[in-house]
Amino acid sequence: MTDLTTLSLLEAADLLRSGDVSSRELTQACLDRIQDTESKIHAFLTLTPDLALKQAEDADQRLTEWRKEGGKPLPHTWGIPVAIKDVLCLEGVPTTCGSKILEGFRPPYTATSVGRLIDAGAVVLGKTNTDEFAMGSSTENSAFGPTYNPWDLSRVPGGSSGGSAASVASNMCYAALGTDTGGSVRQPASFCGVTGLKSSYGRVSRYGLIAYGSSLDTVGALAHSAADLLPIFHAIAGHDPLDSTSMPDPVPAVDLDGTDLAGLRIGVPKEYFIEGMQHEVEIAVQEAVRVLETLGAVACEISLPHTDLALPVYYIIAPAEASANLARYDAVRYGPRLEAEDLREQYFATRGGLFGQEVKRRIMLGTYALSAGYYDAYYGQAQKVRTLIKGDFEAAFKDVDLIACPVAPTTAFRLGEHSEDPLSMYLEDVFTLPANLAGVPGIAFPVGFDSDHLPIGMQLNAPHLGEAVLFQAASAYQEVTSWHKERPSL
Amino acid sequence: MPSFEPVIGLEVHAELATLSKMFCGCPVVDSTNAEPNSSVCEICTGMPGTLPVINQRAVEFALRVALALNCDIAETSVFARKNYFYPDLPKGFQISQYEMPLAQNGWLDFETEDGDRRIRIRRVHLEEDTGKLLHREGYSLVDFNRSGVPLLEIVSEPDMHSTEDVKVFATSLRSLLRYLEVSSADMEKGIVRFEANVSLRSKGSQDLGTRTEVKNLNSFRAMVKALEYEIERQGQILMQGGEVQQETVGWDETRGVTVPQRSKEEAHDYRYFPEPDLPPLQIDPAWVDRIRNELPELPGAKRARFVSKYHLTPYAAALLVEERPVADYFEAAVAHDPGTSPTKIANWLTGEYFGLLNLAGVEIDRSKVSPQSFAELVAMVEREDINATSGKVVLEEIFETGGSPIEIVEARGLAQINDPQAIMDLVNQVLGENPKQVEQYFAGKTTISQWLFGQVMRAAGGRANPALVRANLEQALKNLEESCRSGE
Repeated sequence: MTDLTTLSLLEAADLLRSGDVSSRELTQACLDRIQDTESKIHAFLTLTPDLALKQAEDADQRLTEWRKEGGKPLPHTWGIPVAIKDVLCLEGVPTTCGSKILEGFRPPYTATSVGRLIDAGAVVLGKTNTDEFAMGSSTENSAFGPTYNPWDLSRVPGGSSGGSAASVASNMCYAALGTDTGGSVRQPASFCGVTGLKSSYGRVSRYGLIAYGSSLDTVGALAHSAADLLPIFHAIAGHDPLDSTSMPDPVPAVDLDGTDLAGLRIGVPKEYFIEGMQHEVEIAVQEAVRVLETLGAVACEISLPHTDLALPVYYIIAPAEASANLARYDAVRYGPRLEAEDLREQYFATRGGLFGQEVKRRIMLGTYALSAGYYDAYYGQAQKVRTLIKGDFEAAFKDVDLIACPVAPTTAFRLGEHSEDPLSMYLEDVFTLPANLAGVPGIAFPVGFDSDHLPIGMQLNAPHLGEAVLFQAASAYQEVTSWHKERPSL
Repeated sequence: MPSFEPVIGLEVHAELATLSKMFCGCPVVDSTNAEPNSSVCEICTGMPGTLPVINQRAVEFALRVALALNCDIAETSVFARKNYFYPDLPKGFQISQYEMPLAQNGWLDFETEDGDRRIRIRRVHLEEDTGKLLHREGYSLVDFNRSGVPLLEIVSEPDMHSTEDVKVFATSLRSLLRYLEVSSADMEKGIVRFEANVSLRSKGSQDLGTRTEVKNLNSFRAMVKALEYEIERQGQILMQGGEVQQETVGWDETRGVTVPQRSKEEAHDYRYFPEPDLPPLQIDPAWVDRIRNELPELPGAKRARFVSKYHLTPYAAALLVEERPVADYFEAAVAHDPGTSPTKIANWLTGEYFGLLNLAGVEIDRSKVSPQSFAELVAMVEREDINATSGKVVLEEIFETGGSPIEIVEARGLAQINDPQAIMDLVNQVLGENPKQVEQYFAGKTTISQWLFGQVMRAAGGRANPALVRANLEQALKNLEESCRSGE
């Protein structure tokens, strides 16, 4: 029998329905794969094998009933082993955000996205590694050690959903949930050669997603292909009364049959091909656009004139929101406490001692940007420019249906390469931040390899709530190419 | 000596009596006596990943108050995060409103002994309450029952110029909150909390002096005393040519002084910014109209109506309308017996009846005396079926037992003696029994007639019609005098 872990999600789903394989077998295969490779990758912060096997048994029981009695088809996620980024709460399971300040915290509630995925029959293998509080682009900022890129263990998997990307890329699971505040699903998907969806702001509930930058945070997912991602998206998307920013709009069904993209207008923003970017990335993305054209799409150059302002705007808004979001970690109600003389000293000891460097840097940046006398110049101004960036996208989407661009200026970099220079690390997100500021969805998928045989990714962006067209275009591309079928040898 | 005028503004926080909290489904409980942390969830304890959802009922309650205070309602208002660290604030920020409050530019009218007042309202906004710290020996505990309870903040302009203004404004506002059925407005339980800002200026000046903020005002009495103290303290400083420091002071009830808490330099930088977890609050003007149309008659309007419709004095009307159940009780009593003078009903209500209620600590809507029984009682006194003394006795009895006043009058034989012959017989009997006093009366000590009156009433067991007794006594004495003269 073939190695079950090399199947795509949809292939595994078909075998489950036909009864050729059980969820328990799939789950055990994934747990074995994790057992074999996790020491090299470090994709997980917590494994939940007992929970997974229990869920798998429940899923199998339902599948057996369904095969016997028929009725409404079960979702394609039914019985499928998945991983969850450790910023999403799962009741009773440790949820750390990659931070010592939440070590030992077990939420008494489950994130809406996770709950919906479980309700759709998915089997949870564990919680994946992340940059601390999702702040980073390499997963090196995890307090529990970095994750390694399955394609080259000396390189980072990207971040902050590096654990989720690496777990999918190394066949530990069929899909994983991630979150994307400035590129944290798309960039690791690109670095690890998998397909990653950043949903529209408001499309997937943020309830139970431990907040970093609340106006930018989105829940997304990673899998081997757009087709594999679609059932995950359908499981988690849709209005949630617990999240006041979630959209009431219904989630459309998406038909992925066929590769005809006739009439699809694709804009390629000239601002996304910058001085200093890796030439192979540029070439691969342009080639991918040509492939889309062969399927009937029409590509043209467009302009998103405020692109260069996205980075400074992001690094004011996200830290400002983070400075408030992370104020609750005060050692009063949960998490470890470093005792001290008095309350003030206890705050200093705990927060000073248990937050990592990058988290502290962003809290200070954000606190400063919101301070009396600086608010207008920083936060107020950043909000105005954010409106301009949003306007860039709105204007562009009057003329095109999709925007195609690179995910990151380079392929996966080496561990430690940007550690000494936070600004150079921030530049890794320069192509992904604008979508978060504009609230639009994006999908990243592999479009080639560089000379070091590292995956290159391309991203497509669509108008707000336009995920359907993202899936159609990415899926059509993957119908006629095979980059997404490549697997690292481990 | 320069003469100073105090300039006072109030900041009022009132917990709203909604069923559930501002941003989660936890029931609002009486945090002064509920089991600590018995009404909490992951949202109101600020657990990671949780999000707020606005309680529409709290918005409706806030709109009621804002409309009753004649405010402009913002079609779009924005919640903001107010950032500071304290263990009773679980998220490390309070969700409040800052730049774009729910309502602005209103006013509250009321009467004081010195005349009519209009105090302008700067803003009305919604926020969430904090938890409570319980300090023990060497450690502190946190109770989050109150955390997330909807809190209405009402800020007045500094339009008050005496502690009397402040007292009447505060009681009027409390009365308003109760009329609108949005808050119990109980000050002792901390349901409504007042903070005052106080400054002095030369009388006649329009400038504003440096102000202090006075906190820890736990009762109306404490508020008045604290403000009197603070006005005096600032006056002393200014008189000696000193400068008042801008600071927050706390009222120390036991020592009767205000104590500096925080200087201007130590003031928090709250780093307000719009709450990204809540979209701007959109208020449908049609909803506002509906709430406006459903507002009950408010104390000011009711007072004016009581004066014009029932011909009460403004003072009596003000006493009756302060609490809505009292006003309702009064009108129910008047409606039961339109023949009885509303003034008499009002007098009995605010006099004898209030006395009994206060003594027993009973609210009028829990009293055993129905408005109907009460009206019957006052009617019996007015018709002179019983006299006032008996009326008090009967009121006391029905207050205890809840019976019918007519039955009690009958059972206890309290019906007034209105028969002139019976009264004249009593008078003659008393005069015959007290020749010495009658003699003194004729000798010119006319005040003795009052004593004789008392003797007759006593002989009648308190039931005689006092006016008839007086008239008959006068007549009898006159008759006696004449017969003496003619006999000489």
